[in-house]
Amino acid sequence: MYNGGKIIIGLIIFVGLIALPFVFSGKGASAKPEPKLDTPEILKLPETERKCVESKEYMKREHMKLLNEWRDWVVRDGLTIYTSSSGKQYTMSLQNTCMKCHSNKTKFCDECHNYTAVKPYCWDCHIKPKEKEL
Amino acid sequence: MLEKAIQGSSRYWVWILFLLSLIGAGVIAYIYQFQNGLGVTGMSRDVSWGLYIGQFTFLVGVAASGVMVVLPYYLHHYKKFARLTILGEFLAIAAVIMCMLFIFVDMGQPLRVLNVLLHPTPNSVMFYDMCVLAGYLILNLIVGWTVLGAERKDVPPPKWVKPVIYLSIAWAPSIHTVTAFLYAGLPGRHFWLSAIMAARFLASAFAGGPALLILLCLIVRKYTKFDPGKEAIQAIGKIVTYCMLINVFFLGLEFFTAFYSGIPGHMHSFIYLYAGLHGHSQLVPVMWISSILAVIAIFLLIFPQFRKNEGLLAVACASTFLSLWIDKGFGLVIGGFVPNPMERITEYWPTFPETVISIAVWAVGFLVLTILYKIAVSVKEEVVFDKYGEKQIQG
Amino acid sequence: MDRREFIKIAGISSIFGLGGLTAFGTLKGKLEASQTGPSQNPQALKAKRWALVIDTTKFKTEEDFKRCIDACHKAHNVPHITDNIKHEIKWMWTDTYEHVFPGVEDEYLAEKVKEMPMLVLCNHCDNPACVRVCPTKATFKRKSDGIVMMDMHRCIGCRFCMAACPYGARSFNYKDPRPYMKEEDMNPEFPTRMKGVVEKCTFCYERLAKGLMPACVEASNGALIFGDLEDPNSEVRKILSERHSYRRRPELGTRPSVYYLF
Repeated sequence: MYNGGKIIIGLIIFVGLIALPFVFSGKGASAKPEPKLDTPEILKLPETERKCVESKEYMKREHMKLLNEWRDWVVRDGLTIYTSSSGKQYTMSLQNTCMKCHSNKTKFCDECHNYTAVKPYCWDCHIKPKEKEL
Repeated sequence: MLEKAIQGSSRYWVWILFLLSLIGAGVIAYIYQFQNGLGVTGMSRDVSWGLYIGQFTFLVGVAASGVMVVLPYYLHHYKKFARLTILGEFLAIAAVIMCMLFIFVDMGQPLRVLNVLLHPTPNSVMFYDMCVLAGYLILNLIVGWTVLGAERKDVPPPKWVKPVIYLSIAWAPSIHTVTAFLYAGLPGRHFWLSAIMAARFLASAFAGGPALLILLCLIVRKYTKFDPGKEAIQAIGKIVTYCMLINVFFLGLEFFTAFYSGIPGHMHSFIYLYAGLHGHSQLVPVMWISSILAVIAIFLLIFPQFRKNEGLLAVACASTFLSLWIDKGFGLVIGGFVPNPMERITEYWPTFPETVISIAVWAVGFLVLTILYKIAVSVKEEVVFDKYGEKQIQG
Repeated sequence: MDRREFIKIAGISSIFGLGGLTAFGTLKGKLEASQTGPSQNPQALKAKRWALVIDTTKFKTEEDFKRCIDACHKAHNVPHITDNIKHEIKWMWTDTYEHVFPGVEDEYLAEKVKEMPMLVLCNHCDNPACVRVCPTKATFKRKSDGIVMMDMHRCIGCRFCMAACPYGARSFNYKDPRPYMKEEDMNPEFPTRMKGVVEKCTFCYERLAKGLMPACVEASNGALIFGDLEDPNSEVRKILSERHSYRRRPELGTRPSVYYLF
C-alpha cells in the first residue's frame, strides 16, 4: 500500500475520534430514569384528580412544546388561562402551576434531563421549588 | 488555491503562530467573559456599548473601503488597480469577519444569536445590518475567489462574475450607511442624531480603509516578489487625501451645528470628548491624540511632494488610520453615551479581558488576511510578472 | 390518456386533495380552539392604553418613594447591586427634578426645586424607540393594552434598546443577579433574570392579568394613579383634564404614558 503506514495511523486516529462520545458518555450513563410523582402536593389530591394538564403520554412527549407555547401566550399575548382538552382550566405558569404539584424538581425534571443530557435554562430565571428532604 | 497558504517561509509561520497565540489568549478571556457575563468589561448601565461596538463600527468602514479600488478598476477601467482589486476584496473579507466577531462577543446571550433569524424584525436596523454584512461577505468571497482563480489559470474571469462585481460595488456604501443608521436614528442621543452621520462614516471609511491598504501594499512589496505598483499606491494616496479632508470637513460641520446653535444637548458630548465635562475628562487626551494625528496626516497628504515620498506616505497613512481608529472606534460610541439621558456622567474605559478579546478578534482578522493575501500573492507572483512585464522588486 | 397526461392529472388532483385536507385541518383547529387552548383571565384588568400618573405633590418624605420602589423591586425580584453601581438594575428609582426633566436648568431656579426627588420608571411610550430597534422583538408593545413588554426568553443582550431609550429606563444584567438577592426576600411567584438580558418595568403585567393593580400603585397611598388613557371616564383622564401635567422629553415624539402632576 502506498503510504500505508500514514493511512493506517490516520484511520486509527479517525476511529478514535469517532469513538470518543461513546467513551465519555459511558461514564455518565446511569440507571434508567424514573421521574417521581409522589410529592406531598400530589398525594394530597384525591386519586381521581391526580392528573396533569394533559395526558401523561402527551406531557412526556410534548411538555417542552407546551411550555414554549405557554410562555409566548403569557408573556407576549397576555393570555394566562389554559383550557386543557378535558375542559379544565389552569393558570399557565411554570413556577406557579407546574411546580406547585411537581415540587420535586430533582426527582421530576432532572431525572430525565440528566439522563438525556439536555440542559434547559428554565432555572436560570425561574425559581425552583423548595424541596423537602425525604 | 488553498494549498498556497500552507507553503511558506519560516517567517510566515512565526507570524501565523504569533497570531494564533493572541487568538488563544482571547479565547481564554472570552470563556471568562462568557461565564461571568459582560460585567467583566468596562461597560455599564449608562455606557452600554464600548470598545466592541466601536471596533465593529470602524471595521465596517474598512470593509466598505475595498470598493475604493474595485470601483475605479471595474467601472472606469483604471488599469493601474488591476493588481490591487484582489487585495481590496480580501481586506473586505477579513474586516467583515472581524465585524461579525465583534458583534458576537458583545452579545449578552450569544447562544441566542439565531433569534435574529428566527424572529426577523424588519423595523430594526440591526436586522438589516446583519443581512447586508453577511451579503457583503458572500459577494466578496465569490468575486475575489473567482477572479483570482481565473487569473491563476491565465484566462479571463467568467462573464457571470461581472454583475456580481457591480452588485458588490453598490453594496459597499450600503453596509456603512446601515451601520450609521444604527446610531443616527435614535431619539435623545444628540451626538449621533445627525443627518450627516452616514456621510461622515463613509468619508472616514474611505480614508481609513485605503490608508490601511497602502500600508498593506508596502508590506506586501517589502516581503514578497509581488509589487502592487507605485502608481497604484500613489492613486490610493490621493483617495486617502480627499476622503480625509472630507471627513474633517464633516466633523467641522458637526461642531458648527452644535456650537453655533448653542443647544446644550448638542454641545455636551463634544465638550466631554475634547475638553471634559463637569470634571470628567478621561477621554480628552485620547481625542486630542486623534486630532493631532489627523493634522499630521493631512499635512503630509496635502502636499504632493510629501505624499510622493513613500516613507512619508506610510507615516501619513499610519496617522490617518490611527486617528480614525480612535475617533470612530472609540470616541464616537462612548461620546454618544456621555452624558446619559438623565444628564449624568458615567465614564468608560475598557478592562483587561475586554482588551485581550478585542486584540484576539483583530488577530483573527489578520490571520484571515494573511492567509488570503498569501494565496493572492503566491498566485500573483507566478502570473503577474509576465502579464504586465513590469520590474519586480526582489524580496 | 397517455402516461404523461395521467401523471399531470394525478398531480393536480393530489394538490387539490392536499389543499382540501389542510383547509379542513385549520377549520378543525379553529373549532377546537374555542374549547381548548389559551384565553384571558376574565378577572384581568383591561385597558386600551395603560397610563400612570405620578402626583409629585403627594411624595413628601423619602419613605413615600421607598414604599413604591421596594414594592416593585420585591415583587419582581430586582437585585440590589451595591458593589458596582455601574451594573445597577433599576425598574423604579428616583432622581432629582433637574435630571428627570433635563433642559429646564435655570441658575435662579430654587435649589429645593432642582433637588426635588422624582419617581422614574419606564414610560411605556406609545411610540417606543426601544421596540423599534430591537432585532428580535424581545421588547415589544402589546397591541391589547400598550404595555411595552420584555420577553426575557428571547432577548439576545445586544443592548440596542438601551442606546435607543431616551429615558435611561433599561438595565442590563452585567452579571448573574441571583447572588444579589436573599432567598427569603424573593417573591417565589415571579422569576428572576439571568445574566446577559435587558430588563425594565413591565407595568406589572402579571398582576394586571390577575386583576390586581401594579405593585407601586398599591403601595403609593393614592400618590400614583393608574388607568386607561383611552377611556374618557377613567380616573387618569379626569385628573389630566383638571390638573397641570408634564411628560418627560415630549419633544422626542415617543409619547410617554407616564405623567407627572405638579
